[in-house]
Amino acid sequence: MAEVDIKNMTLNFGPQHPAAHGVLRLVMELDGEVIDRCDPHIGLLHRGTEKLIEYKTYQQAIPYFDRLDYVSPMAMEHAYVLAIEKLMGVDVPVRGQAVRVLFSEITRLLNHLLNVTSHAMDVGAITPAIWGYEEREKLMEFYEAVAGARLHANYFRVGGVHQDMPAGMAAAIADYLPNLLKYIDDMETLLTDNRIFKQRNVDISVISQDEAMDWGFSGVMLRCTGLPWDLRKSQPYDGYEKYDFDIPVGKNGDCYDRYLCRVEEMRQSVRIIEQVLATLPDGPVSSADRTVVAPPRAEMKQSMEALIQHFKLYTEGFKVPAGETYTAIEAPKGEFGVYLMADGSNMPYRCKIRSPGYVHLAALDHLCKGHLLADSVAVLGSLDIVFGEVDR
Amino acid sequence: MADEAALQELGQHIGAVLADQVIATSVVHGELMVTARAEHVLKVVTFLRDDPQCLFKVLIDICGVDFPERAKRFDVVYNLLSMVHNQRVRVKVEADEMSPVPSVTGLHNSANWFEREVWDMYGVMFEDHPDLRRLLTDYGFEGHPLRKDFPLTGYVEVRYDEERKRVVYEPVKLPQEFRKFDFLSPWEGAAAAAQVLPGDEKADGQEPG
Repeated sequence: MAEVDIKNMTLNFGPQHPAAHGVLRLVMELDGEVIDRCDPHIGLLHRGTEKLIEYKTYQQAIPYFDRLDYVSPMAMEHAYVLAIEKLMGVDVPVRGQAVRVLFSEITRLLNHLLNVTSHAMDVGAITPAIWGYEEREKLMEFYEAVAGARLHANYFRVGGVHQDMPAGMAAAIADYLPNLLKYIDDMETLLTDNRIFKQRNVDISVISQDEAMDWGFSGVMLRCTGLPWDLRKSQPYDGYEKYDFDIPVGKNGDCYDRYLCRVEEMRQSVRIIEQVLATLPDGPVSSADRTVVAPPRAEMKQSMEALIQHFKLYTEGFKVPAGETYTAIEAPKGEFGVYLMADGSNMPYRCKIRSPGYVHLAALDHLCKGHLLADSVAVLGSLDIVFGEVDR
Repeated sequence: MADEAALQELGQHIGAVLADQVIATSVVHGELMVTARAEHVLKVVTFLRDDPQCLFKVLIDICGVDFPERAKRFDVVYNLLSMVHNQRVRVKVEADEMSPVPSVTGLHNSANWFEREVWDMYGVMFEDHPDLRRLLTDYGFEGHPLRKDFPLTGYVEVRYDEERKRVVYEPVKLPQEFRKFDFLSPWEGAAAAAQVLPGDEKADGQEPG
């Protein structure tokens, strides 16, 4: 038989592809069906958020954070307001902290419901996704009740949250939680022991603890290797130390373990929400510090000074003393950090957003190497990528 | 989170061992910051990673900051995390357009994209980076958008041209001039410092002119 010249094939994946979770272009070098090299081209959704924030007052910049990781909006706001509060030394009342924790965990549920089910859809199971969207919709109703918006909430503010929850909210959430637990059980019967799901995920893109640390991983991507690192436990913020919950960890560091970690994290989130609802303190939801928090509407109808204060806060904004901070929270996808530099004016001098998805996607070449082309989709699904935060 | 005293102590330890490489260490808002010389950044980051009192094994972030009025106009900021000691440290070095900063990709794999982003956004060069291409901006993009002298609106805009059946680039056209409001109140803003308001001279005991 004559010798044949075998060449690697270069394949272009995306930027429009249902399994790319947004606009990701992958340039892959394939040796047969095995991935040799995988070069992600990102930035197709780059909106210059960091530049825009430099031209907005601190308060005007909050909505940009909703639009980063648009499946877990309140978690991003949380990191940003914590950073400003650190620079200004503003304290949040206990009820405000509890409401923030409550909605951070609802956000985590929203994110994991979408990620776990769309990961399943990437490898062929469509039912969990359709059921999951229904549950997401119910959770988003709670968003709507407090913030008026289903997705881009703009609810967390410096010094607390925008408004208190409407009457009966706590009971409504508590009533809903058993349904969600039922859904998680149902979803698990469809996926956890499913032969096809396991064939597609077990032992795919295994990473060790050292590799995960070297690549800067955080969140589930780190915990799937067996490292119990969770910022809610290790560097607690807004009173997370008051609640009792476990950190699920994986054993093998593969796609299947990431799925299992996320499912268990949902149950733990429900546990935290139950505790928050049981111990919800009374009192104001935002700080009484009038330099950052606008006066209540009723007071503005009566008091000229309150009206002026409100006007000043919504036009000029408040000034943050010069300084810098790196503040991070445990977002559903991993460590979401804000490096905020203030120069004493009413706008940030620099606001660098450290998004977990960006760091995880940077390791895609390492995670995909030696796997089959079809596995790249499973890997991408398990990374939990949202392009709003990767491209910023 | 580690308390302030522990961070002070760590800062002194770093300052003592790396006396030639580190310019200053400080603890502000409960965060340790180390200012280092750009040419020694490899040595500093290696020490922070391997020293048993530091063990900053996770490179969380690298970012740039632009100060156009300075001679060396850029800061490159490294955020590191030690999971063993539950501490964070921030390393800052200065850079300009001409002199490259040594790349830390050999020490932390995660530095690869962070350094590409800093190059893309600020034009800071990194020496020995394996693949210093643009990352977030468009193919064929010119300029470095996060520099303070780059306009918020950019220079070009794109649209789909029906006649040529492709996307075309055109100079940006604004139907209304770009406005940046100075929200600072007139008696404390930058403009107020430059001029004397009528009547202010009385405060200094001068006769009104």
